[in-house]
Amino acid sequence: MSEAYDVTETLDVKGQSCPMPVVKSKQAADDLAEGEVLEVVSTDSGSMSDIKGWANTTDGVELLDQEEGDDIYKHYVRKTE
Amino acid sequence: MSTDTPQSPDPAANAEDVADLQARIDELEEELSAVKSDSDDGQKKMTIIATKGTFDMAYPPLILASTAAAFGWDVVVFHTFWGLDILHEEKSKNLKMSAVGNPSMPMPNAIASLPFMDSMATKMMEKKIDEQGTATIEELIEMSLDTGVDLQACQMTMELMDYEEDEMYDDVTTGVGAATALEHMADADIQLLI
Repeated sequence: MSEAYDVTETLDVKGQSCPMPVVKSKQAADDLAEGEVLEVVSTDSGSMSDIKGWANTTDGVELLDQEEGDDIYKHYVRKTE
Repeated sequence: MSTDTPQSPDPAANAEDVADLQARIDELEEELSAVKSDSDDGQKKMTIIATKGTFDMAYPPLILASTAAAFGWDVVVFHTFWGLDILHEEKSKNLKMSAVGNPSMPMPNAIASLPFMDSMATKMMEKKIDEQGTATIEELIEMSLDTGVDLQACQMTMELMDYEEDEMYDDVTTGVGAATALEHMADADIQLLI
């Protein structure tokens, strides 16, 4: 699935829990240009709901997709402005 | 039979009314655009008043504040009374759980009140936090400051506790009181007392 997006940057937050996946995603997204895609790799099951909530509430980012694997949760977020 | 025919309008008075109305409309439009420019920047505001200085109660304000900053919100956390210990560089590293009166503790109060029970409960929680990859209080403070959260230290409490400005984390706002907190709360979308 991830091949569908041209991932610009991968953020590894494995082993970290709330609120770090969201807070670090925001920091990583700040460094991206419009249209670029951030991949967030997490082991926190709460990140499925949290990253979605953050991306839906925050201007300038858009959630493209989320993948749930074996204790690995991947999120694809595009910078929109 | 009499009918209430409207009096034929006096053209001069009529023109005056129209001019008055127009002036009132202009006035209201001006006020409306002032209100819009004040509130329409689209940025949400959150004010948290942090009053507790136990290990477990230091987490909620810091987690909410750093997450809200990630949402792009304007966030102030006003630390007062025991909440001020969270911003004290040394004390923040030694915050304790309170075993007594904590219904979530798996022990009766008589045992919880024994010496060293608070330290033991804190050690257990710290171990869990380390195992679970939960951020430490220090990490959350640094993260909050990095992401633009305004961590404020109540000046009155600073003096009450004999804390010096250089004992607090760098970039903590000092020299503020209740009025500063209220000013931010008055415009805030969310106000929390923790």
